[in-house]
Amino acid sequence: MTSPSVVPAPREAPNALFEYLLRLGDDRLVLGQRLSEWCGHGPILEEDIAISNVALDLLGQATMLLRLAGQVEGKGRDEDALAYFREVVDFRNCQLVELPKGDFAFTIVRQFLFDVHAVVMLDALSRSTNADLAAIAAKSLKEAKYHVRHSGEWMLKLGDGTDESHRRVQKALDDVWRFTPELFAADDIDRVMLEQGIAPDLAALGAQWLGLVRDVIDRATLTVPNDVLRSPGARGGRSGAHTEFLGHMLAEMQIVARSHPGATW
Amino acid sequence: MVTRAIPTRDAVLAILDGVMDPEVPVLSVRELGIIRDVSVSPDGAVVVTVTPTYSGCPAIAVIESDIRSALVGAGVADVSIVTTYAPAWTTDWMSTDAKAKLKSYGIAPPGRADTGGGLVQLMRARAVAQCPYCDSCETELRSEFGSTACKSVCWCRACRQPFEEFKAI
Repeated sequence: MTSPSVVPAPREAPNALFEYLLRLGDDRLVLGQRLSEWCGHGPILEEDIAISNVALDLLGQATMLLRLAGQVEGKGRDEDALAYFREVVDFRNCQLVELPKGDFAFTIVRQFLFDVHAVVMLDALSRSTNADLAAIAAKSLKEAKYHVRHSGEWMLKLGDGTDESHRRVQKALDDVWRFTPELFAADDIDRVMLEQGIAPDLAALGAQWLGLVRDVIDRATLTVPNDVLRSPGARGGRSGAHTEFLGHMLAEMQIVARSHPGATW
Repeated sequence: MVTRAIPTRDAVLAILDGVMDPEVPVLSVRELGIIRDVSVSPDGAVVVTVTPTYSGCPAIAVIESDIRSALVGAGVADVSIVTTYAPAWTTDWMSTDAKAKLKSYGIAPPGRADTGGGLVQLMRARAVAQCPYCDSCETELRSEFGSTACKSVCWCRACRQPFEEFKAI
């Protein structure tokens, strides 16, 4: 008996802009969710409020980006469908943002490295040839600027603070450094976006990021981690390969929506 | 057949003057600067274009529903609300009048939005907020983050009270 020949379905060309918007949106959704874990647990009331405010801004930015992603995809998925009904392998955030919140030093260091990335990226995207993305970026940049002021000033206070705060921030910096190359590692999607003038050149952005980050690390009397820690560095988040931590986080984030699909207030 | 009167654009704007921000109820949505356009088509369909203050402001949904119910309540049958992000909202769109209302409500009004400068500005010099209670300028910023996305927390050394400031953005 001959087996029936199976004609494979034509492979759909990946929608590069959709994929790209998921990366931007998921970075903010996942980091916003991580930050929200501090709500009610901040070391002082002002920080509890500050971190929750940043979480809310990031969630708002994710909403705009994922809504646009859903429109670009054209399959009727809105921002909620994308946030709550995708599996872990379908998330496109970098691994940096999914790491557990750690102690306050880790939260601040991770946030600072992301916030500097956010300002350089959003500044460039505000000149994107895609008008919808440019508008979202210009709006988000205003918020990212005070986010980086918050995390950056904490870098100075903690780095140039007590022996204990200095030790903890330096350790967090050393631990997280290998997750930073992924922010600027360009793949085919990034190259298509660059060719179309939608997104900036990640190599140039990476150099700009490193300059700004180094300046604050120096002022905070901290040491820029050895570049050996960045080589090869963590990779894979942009194509759905995540650390063990993201699945657990998503389980908590998605359970209500999945337990009551279609529920409204 | 019931025919409805077609509202004028001015009438719609007057209705919007009565829709207050749920978190800062002394300011109308127009005074806040979030109404970017109002159009009335020949068949009476009203389109209100709104821009959010902060991306994650939880009041956005409430504001849109308040706008809709105010217009429907005034007899406008066909209302659509469109969201726009560009140009991004700025507190510079707030009128002097609106700023005075904020002060009398106990919130220091925003100064001029800081548009220049680098992407990463730490320990920047900023305009001193005037205490809305005693008018002293002997004040300090305690935190750029407050009870809502749009406010920061300050402290007045003269009357020894904390107060909120509407962030300039």
